[in-house]
Amino acid sequence: MGEIVLSEVRKSFGGVSIIQGIDLVIPDGEFVVFVGPSGCGKSTLLRLIAGLEDTSSGTISIDGKDATKLPPAKRSLAMVFQSYALYPHMSVRKNIAFPLRMAGLPAEEQQRKVEAAAKVLNLTPYLDRKPSQLSGGQRQRVAIGRAIVREPAAFLFDEPLSNLDAALRVSMRQEISELHHTLKTTMIYVTHDQVEAMTMADRIVVLNAGRIEQVGSPLELYRSPANLFVAGFIGSPKMNLIEGAEAAKYGAHTLGVRPEHIDIAEDGPWKGLVGLCEHLGSDTFLKVEVEGIGQINVRVGGDVPLRHGARVNLAPQADKLHRFDAGGKAMV
Amino acid sequence: MATQASRIAGRLMLSPVVVLLFLWMIVPLGMTIYFSFLRFNLLMPGTEEFTGFENYSYFFTDPAFWPALVNTLVLVLGVLVITVVGGVALAVLLDQPMWGQGIVRILVIAPFFVMPSVSALVWKNMLMNPVNGLFAALARGLGLEPIDFFADAPLASIIAIVAWQWLPFATLILFTAMQSLDREQMEAAEMDGAGPIWRFVHLTIPHLMRAATVVVLIQTIFLLSVFAEILVTTNGGPGTASTTLTFLVYMQSMLQFDVGLGSAGGIVAVILANIVAIFLMRMIGKNLEA
Repeated sequence: MGEIVLSEVRKSFGGVSIIQGIDLVIPDGEFVVFVGPSGCGKSTLLRLIAGLEDTSSGTISIDGKDATKLPPAKRSLAMVFQSYALYPHMSVRKNIAFPLRMAGLPAEEQQRKVEAAAKVLNLTPYLDRKPSQLSGGQRQRVAIGRAIVREPAAFLFDEPLSNLDAALRVSMRQEISELHHTLKTTMIYVTHDQVEAMTMADRIVVLNAGRIEQVGSPLELYRSPANLFVAGFIGSPKMNLIEGAEAAKYGAHTLGVRPEHIDIAEDGPWKGLVGLCEHLGSDTFLKVEVEGIGQINVRVGGDVPLRHGARVNLAPQADKLHRFDAGGKAMV
Repeated sequence: MATQASRIAGRLMLSPVVVLLFLWMIVPLGMTIYFSFLRFNLLMPGTEEFTGFENYSYFFTDPAFWPALVNTLVLVLGVLVITVVGGVALAVLLDQPMWGQGIVRILVIAPFFVMPSVSALVWKNMLMNPVNGLFAALARGLGLEPIDFFADAPLASIIAIVAWQWLPFATLILFTAMQSLDREQMEAAEMDGAGPIWRFVHLTIPHLMRAATVVVLIQTIFLLSVFAEILVTTNGGPGTASTTLTFLVYMQSMLQFDVGLGSAGGIVAVILANIVAIFLMRMIGKNLEA
């Protein structure tokens, strides 16, 4: 059981307001991702939930009980840190057993739980090694092991994959997702990487400058961003945001169109000159200099025989356009 | 240092220093060994002759030898225990955020800048003096009889002075190590339910082991040769109560003018220092391996 409710949570450091009033309900068993640019307060928010920082005002309740003033150890949450934070002089076995030892469990039960966790995480052959003798991915798994043996109400992950190389990041991402399906425990995951957010989350919380910009499932955020910030943050390559006369034609201050929603068409209304041309095999990313609009990113199929300097006509897909008013809010 | 030419050039440029350092070490050592086998008294010039191990047998049978050996070990061990334990405690305290942190840190390091003879004089005349000293005044204020530190507990008094001098060094090294302790590890332990004492025992102490090893090794080298503090305060007395090996060698060669006997004592001290060093490296040297 791990329902977490934040109401009017604020945090300021020496007069500088970092978290500006967050209201959020995280139901039991959900995988929530906090995503946002660096400095948006997502790690601070996680640390507030963990109890590693005190809130300036507002309440945090876990499992229906007010936990705002509880020390971290009493909140029955487990956290996985960016630097793994393994205890360097203890073996993997002792690292994983540490929270159980602190809880005063009998030795046989500690042993049994450690073995079980090691089996789930494929760590059994490494139980007697020191953290310094493990690779980055294995250390990450030990950190997760130390979290799962406690059987917490919720897991907190603070950018856990940012120290891993790209290939390992993809596989660890899948392992964490599978772990969530097995354990069905609430997980809160902080990242600045929108690909991690899109692939793992049940629900994404987009944060910017200490405020929630939008909360929704990955596809909701992709299909209907509530404002310009979310529109620009979710999706890769980034959405094209067009202002001026072209946007005014659609009755909007800013017109948003995703690169994958632009077709190359003989009779397309936008005439342009191809600039940079990235052939990835599966896709081709084009930067097109369109007359009267400026640079537009376009994503087309992999077998497009275009080169630098070619002339193209572009046609945005009319039903996939996003319109925003002068305040940056989406227009319905 | 990739090509053969650069390697040779590197060795050539390094060699003058290596040769100089080697001579610096080997010439005094060689001369001391040579003198230790001579009957060589400055009061009787021109009578030097080879006497074999006679100087050594005199040195070992000197009634001051065993007390000096014991005093040396007590002094070194006592100061090490006080400085390492006190240094860890001070490092933990200094690591807490507090008002006036910068000034407090400088004050803690200050005793290290005072010359040994000066600090020993300050302790002797201003603090420990049974008539004019601050401790005596405090004792009288409490209605107690002042303690004559250098008469009643000479070795303990010297240990206190030397420990006061070396505490800043230990604190400095341990405090630096303290600052490199990973905050996230501490937070992880906090979330794992470890209280402050458990965190100190399971994280801080193991983390400080390597720095403590450095402190013990370096201090041992310097503590084996403590001299000025003894000369200025007790002059090795009363009797042999505060005579160390270093001080015994000084007394024999400088006060009795017996260079041969003093040299033999010096060689014994060198051998003792090496034995201590070997034991230390065996016991705690493995902490230095990464």
